[in-house]
Amino acid sequence: MANYKYHILLCGGTGCTASESPKIKANFESILAEKNLTDDVQVVATGCFGFCEKGPIVKILPDNTFYTQVKPEDCREIVDEHIIKGRKVQRLLYENPEDKAHISDSKHMGFYKKQMRIALRNCGFIDPENIEEYIARDGYKALATVLEQNDPMATIDIMKKSGLRGRGGAGFPTGLKWELCRKNEADQKYMICNADEGDPGAFMDRSILEGDPHTLIEAMAIGGFCIGATKGLVYIRAEYPLAIHRLQVAIGQAREYGLLGDNIFGTDFSFDIELRYGAGAFVCGEETALIHSMEGKRGEPTFKPPFPAQEGYLKKPSNVNNVETFANVPVIINKGWEWFSSIGTEKSKGTKVFALAGQINNVGLIEVPMGITLREVIYEIGGGIKGGKKFKAVQTGGPSGGCLTEKFLDTPIDYDNLIAAGSMMGSGGMIVMDETSCMVSVAKFYLDFTVEESCGKCTPCRIGNKRLYELLDKITKGQGTMDDLDQLRNLSRVIKDTALCGLGQTSPNPVLSTIDNFWDEYVAHVKDKKCPAGQCKALKQYVIDPEKCKGCTACARNCPVGAIKGTVKMPHEINQELCIKCGTCIEKCKFNAISII
Amino acid sequence: MQQKIIVPIKKEVRDKIIEICNKFNNNPGELINVLHQTQGFLGYLPAEAQELIAEQLHVSTATVYGVVSFYSFFSMNPKGKHPVSVCLGTACYVRGAEKILDAFQKELGIKPGETDKDGLFSLTSLRCVGACGLAPVALVGDKVYGRLAPADIKGIVKEYREA
Repeated sequence: MANYKYHILLCGGTGCTASESPKIKANFESILAEKNLTDDVQVVATGCFGFCEKGPIVKILPDNTFYTQVKPEDCREIVDEHIIKGRKVQRLLYENPEDKAHISDSKHMGFYKKQMRIALRNCGFIDPENIEEYIARDGYKALATVLEQNDPMATIDIMKKSGLRGRGGAGFPTGLKWELCRKNEADQKYMICNADEGDPGAFMDRSILEGDPHTLIEAMAIGGFCIGATKGLVYIRAEYPLAIHRLQVAIGQAREYGLLGDNIFGTDFSFDIELRYGAGAFVCGEETALIHSMEGKRGEPTFKPPFPAQEGYLKKPSNVNNVETFANVPVIINKGWEWFSSIGTEKSKGTKVFALAGQINNVGLIEVPMGITLREVIYEIGGGIKGGKKFKAVQTGGPSGGCLTEKFLDTPIDYDNLIAAGSMMGSGGMIVMDETSCMVSVAKFYLDFTVEESCGKCTPCRIGNKRLYELLDKITKGQGTMDDLDQLRNLSRVIKDTALCGLGQTSPNPVLSTIDNFWDEYVAHVKDKKCPAGQCKALKQYVIDPEKCKGCTACARNCPVGAIKGTVKMPHEINQELCIKCGTCIEKCKFNAISII
Repeated sequence: MQQKIIVPIKKEVRDKIIEICNKFNNNPGELINVLHQTQGFLGYLPAEAQELIAEQLHVSTATVYGVVSFYSFFSMNPKGKHPVSVCLGTACYVRGAEKILDAFQKELGIKPGETDKDGLFSLTSLRCVGACGLAPVALVGDKVYGRLAPADIKGIVKEYREA
């Protein structure tokens, strides 16, 4: 085996792949070949490093140098300077926004300092298509321990004591779920992984699948052993081609090494995994809908009970966990439940991965201990609001969650606190918004999503959400009344109480939380016919400043609806009733005389 | 009413669909996989293909249509040579994705869900490609365009028109 002096790790996740990381890899390889360095330097495409804002990322080991926003043409300089002469390329190092100093080790960056990586432990560190690298990082050790002990109840007990709760959103205790499924006797049971990440703006499951697929295989085998299943199924989005490819490679390698298949580690336990492809339906994140979809049907949820633990896939007892939940399992076995339960808050143990996005400086994937505050996440890890604007709200929990304001910034993040604040953990999307985001429009955006994704089976969700959307649409067009606001509240409560599944029961949350936290903004839309954030098109007014207008007639000549009147060399005026707010006049005005109010 | 032109599927297409169904033992439980593979080679799922699949798997055409229309991944219309997808995930939305979609509509002269009359472009929106660091993003085919501004769209479309 080659003994490399340097390792060049580069991000092979979807975000960095979109910004030419495959070309960077090819460039490094050809430059290294040209300089006869291929035996000394290894180039590895890893999973996501998380710091997507500064991608593509290149990391050099052993000195742990972290280069940001690397371009294909930078490869030669990195090889010449860093690899050959041992000098870091200063201009590609991360610049600390506070003092402009260059930081070369990611450990010292604000973005990474407060993070704690358990589920993402191998992402950005190992080659996901090489099982040896996973094994070298204690991979499959937990499975060996569990099979050697041969006591499923003892393992379930460890999971229960660890306090691990489902990371898909609802937060059900994982150990308890396994125990319930174990208790149901059957000739066949199924261990299912929900990899149908549908929350727009959350991509942690995909990052784990792309960056560390073996952890999922190992954890599913452990879970399968505990509940008494010999078959594992991964329900994965067809829109994730890279994740599917990596998982297929990993399954193939695990079979080759005897870590999947018959008599694993020479024991009586046999387990294998198959993939099932989703076809784009948000409701399939709900476990009963997911199971129906796996059976080749429409992904409509059904009433529980019977729970999947009693009657699941093909009517056999089944257990569904999410990717991130599984990624925690091997570490808990290896390091012990005591260690895991020492992290986090009283009822929420361990860490949570969040996809931090929106109007924030450091967009990326982060993993933080439960109990961290929103302020720490947004200002220390996220580096604050983009362009020095003012923080307005942070949306957590995706279409099922809510918008939290400044007063919640110091609330420790855990399952229960977020629910108490009117939002929820969800799968971990965290979208930061500044003062230019209109909260009525945000609520409308989520309702638009829910209306599109509602499966249509139950009336409250199918029709109720449509009505909510229409009311919000009316308000953003300046046609709302105060009665509409009451109606929004009442209808939201009815939908929450009567919808069949988790999607419908949580879909009014974005409406309720924005009404509660931004009441004045709703009232401004209804009473003053104004959108304070300036986002709602129908409420915008284009006006000409008579002092600045030279009467050049450019605006009037270009207005598609003839809404601008005036004589040459005299200030012009816009007829608000005719104006369609297309913005052409602003584009054409050379004197900056037209503004939006 | 616009008249729908029904083109009978060619024999080789028919044979290929039958082959796919056979590969999954004509098992109705594999319907979604059969549809994935059929769309994979045909590019879309015309009514005639759905009828044939229903026949092969011994289920009603309504069952097949019910599944096809349920999932957003399945399409009953052929896509353009250069399918344009604009991400409307939350991260892109708060960074102005709507304006990007508007710009594409204006430039291509088609609405989301439509294909232009030359069959060159089709336009759709999608929810999160997971490149939130590059928001707002759009895809043309498999190529991802990130950090877009409405002014960039003209140039991108031109690139493909002239190619």
